[in-house]
Amino acid sequence: MSSMSDALRAEWTKLRTVPSTGWLLLAVLTVTVGVSALAAGTACPRSACAADPVRTSLTGVGFGQALVAGLAVSMVAGENAMLRLTFASMPRRVVVLTAKAVLAGVLVAAAAIVAVGLSLLAGQLLLPAGVAVAGAEPLARAALGSVAYLVLIGWLSLGVSAAIRDSAAAVGTVLGLLYVVPIVAAAVSDPDWQRRLQQVGPMSAGLAVQATRNLSQLPIGPWAGMGVLAAWSLAMLLVGGTLLRLHDA
Amino acid sequence: MRTELHAEWTKFRTVRSWVVALAVAAAVIVGLGLLPGRQGTCGTQGPRSECVVPIGPGGELVTDSFTFVHQHLTGDGTITVRATSLTGTLPSEEGSRSGLAPWAKAGLIVKAGTAQGSAYAAVMVTGDHGVRLQHNYTHDQQGPTDRVTSASPVWLRLTRTHDAVRAEESTDGTTWTVVGTATLPGLPETVEAGLFATSPQYVEAMSEQFGMNGAMGGPTSVTAGFDSVRQVGGWSSTWTGERVGGTDTDPGPSSHSVDGDTVTLSGSGDIAPAVEGAAGLGTSITQTLVGTFAGLVVAVVLGALFVTAEYRRGLIRLTMAATPRRGRVLAAKALVLGAVTFTVGLVSAAVVVIVGQKVLRANGVYVAPADLPTSLRLVVGTAALLASASILALALGVLLRRSATTVVVGVLTIVMPYLLAVSVLPAGAGDWLLRVSPAAAFAVQQTSVAYAQVSNLYVPAEGYYPLAPWAGFAVLCGWTALALAAATVVLRRRDV
Repeated sequence: MSSMSDALRAEWTKLRTVPSTGWLLLAVLTVTVGVSALAAGTACPRSACAADPVRTSLTGVGFGQALVAGLAVSMVAGENAMLRLTFASMPRRVVVLTAKAVLAGVLVAAAAIVAVGLSLLAGQLLLPAGVAVAGAEPLARAALGSVAYLVLIGWLSLGVSAAIRDSAAAVGTVLGLLYVVPIVAAAVSDPDWQRRLQQVGPMSAGLAVQATRNLSQLPIGPWAGMGVLAAWSLAMLLVGGTLLRLHDA
Repeated sequence: MRTELHAEWTKFRTVRSWVVALAVAAAVIVGLGLLPGRQGTCGTQGPRSECVVPIGPGGELVTDSFTFVHQHLTGDGTITVRATSLTGTLPSEEGSRSGLAPWAKAGLIVKAGTAQGSAYAAVMVTGDHGVRLQHNYTHDQQGPTDRVTSASPVWLRLTRTHDAVRAEESTDGTTWTVVGTATLPGLPETVEAGLFATSPQYVEAMSEQFGMNGAMGGPTSVTAGFDSVRQVGGWSSTWTGERVGGTDTDPGPSSHSVDGDTVTLSGSGDIAPAVEGAAGLGTSITQTLVGTFAGLVVAVVLGALFVTAEYRRGLIRLTMAATPRRGRVLAAKALVLGAVTFTVGLVSAAVVVIVGQKVLRANGVYVAPADLPTSLRLVVGTAALLASASILALALGVLLRRSATTVVVGVLTIVMPYLLAVSVLPAGAGDWLLRVSPAAAFAVQQTSVAYAQVSNLYVPAEGYYPLAPWAGFAVLCGWTALALAAATVVLRRRDV
């Protein structure tokens, strides 16, 4: 097990000493809270507000995730030629990937807890009825679910970048997977197909956890959607880990 | 400059993964355009189920469906009535509730015939837009009166002289104000003229995060009471009542009664240009270009890689050593990248626009026809959008030097404003964002025309943008030029 703690320490040192880690975490926070506050401040122009207040005040999560993807991708593909050195000193590549996944999870979760907390605070202050009207249990589910969502997106991106190994192509693939599915779903007029796309798309399924109203009308339930996203992340990590083992560094 | 261009072109075409990425972009744009997930009922339910949209005198698609109480009018003539009441129903969750659609309309009409799409001029009272003179579907003029109630009735008068129809209104039946005069070229000697009532589809926006802004709505109806009907001229003297367009129950109820000089009509439908989207029928060919978003991500990745790959491997030093004029290197990169993405975008958009409509029609979806200049603009505009976006990413790549960050920033600046505008932001803030951000360029894909006199959701999610097509594209070009200028300055000053 000592190799795992060595790997963790090595990865942590790398992350800590690269200035972009801090900047990207700050950007995750800024974009998430900024977009959330923008949405909460403008979504309900009059006192009557039909939109789900919790979902509205967590809008930024859907945009902050792009920076989470950037952070995770730069942890693997960002190493570039250095990856050979990493694997020469730590030949057990799956251990390296696991250490990266653990650290990515901790860092993203830390940034996400602050970002989600501030977003909900902004929603409480800016929305006419606040977010507390949703009730404690749904609110907690949406908040914890959003944090889990960002962590899972980080892992998904880590898996993709381990498989693709080129940071631009990896982050492009992740962003395409996340954003294009909902846009295509909106363009499809057949309601069955629309529902199916929203059920399998990692973003539309995963963000169902933020809903606190009309749960029965969602294409997929909150936790089932989180399960779909978790399956995506796990599959991508497995593919990434397998390819890391098989390919030359 | 030729050397630089040649060098950059050689770099581009010899990286196999970039060429593969271009092929993927083309495949995604075409694949999503021909997606099988769209089904309609036009022409698939037997020989009489084709969706036929009437064509107006100006060649545009129109809606022409109303309750019509009419007589033949041969030669010149005048008809005057007093509008005494206007009530109606709106859709609600329980079925219907009372209320007037803003563009519910009833009044006097002179029409070339009872065929849908024939020329007409009408003066009318409306639910929320006062007295109007409308003719030949796309023309609309406002009169002075705001609202009709039983306490404040309005007199309306239409006078036909050859092919000119003059509309007047009055609040007391003695002093008349001219609303306007409509000229209907080629109006036959004998026309159908009388009273009409109709009320359009009602639409209301529903906000839903990343499910895009949905819409709910349904048919509405209007019931209008008129009395003091007076006619002068060559009228046929017996009233005929009928429904023009639609069946007895679709899109809503239709009835009429004539009792001496009192006429009551109720109707549902519209006499207006046809619009696509929430309040209209079918879709526009813009919807087939949904794959542009995926193509855009690939274009941004390529643009970023075209320069960040050189930074990553230190190759940029070699490039700058061989060609010390750095501005030229950047210009050559932009030209090569722009030309390549433009060509790929052009070919794939052309395939989608030509084949996509056929697939949709074969699936029974009504696709509003677009004329040749519009189709050309769609194809060229989509290609230019991809090219400009990839050059923007190239400039961002010079500024940021890191691939992952460049791609994230590039995708977020172009796609995020669009996603925000179509999902969470209310119409005002969303429109503002689509005027100033790089996402304004999606306007180049707009084919639908917005009409002030037709209620509809004129929102980006339905294909309506706040800026004119090429103006929207110019906004993106402005951002690209700005980023390129900044990149040139930075490239010249910075060590490689």
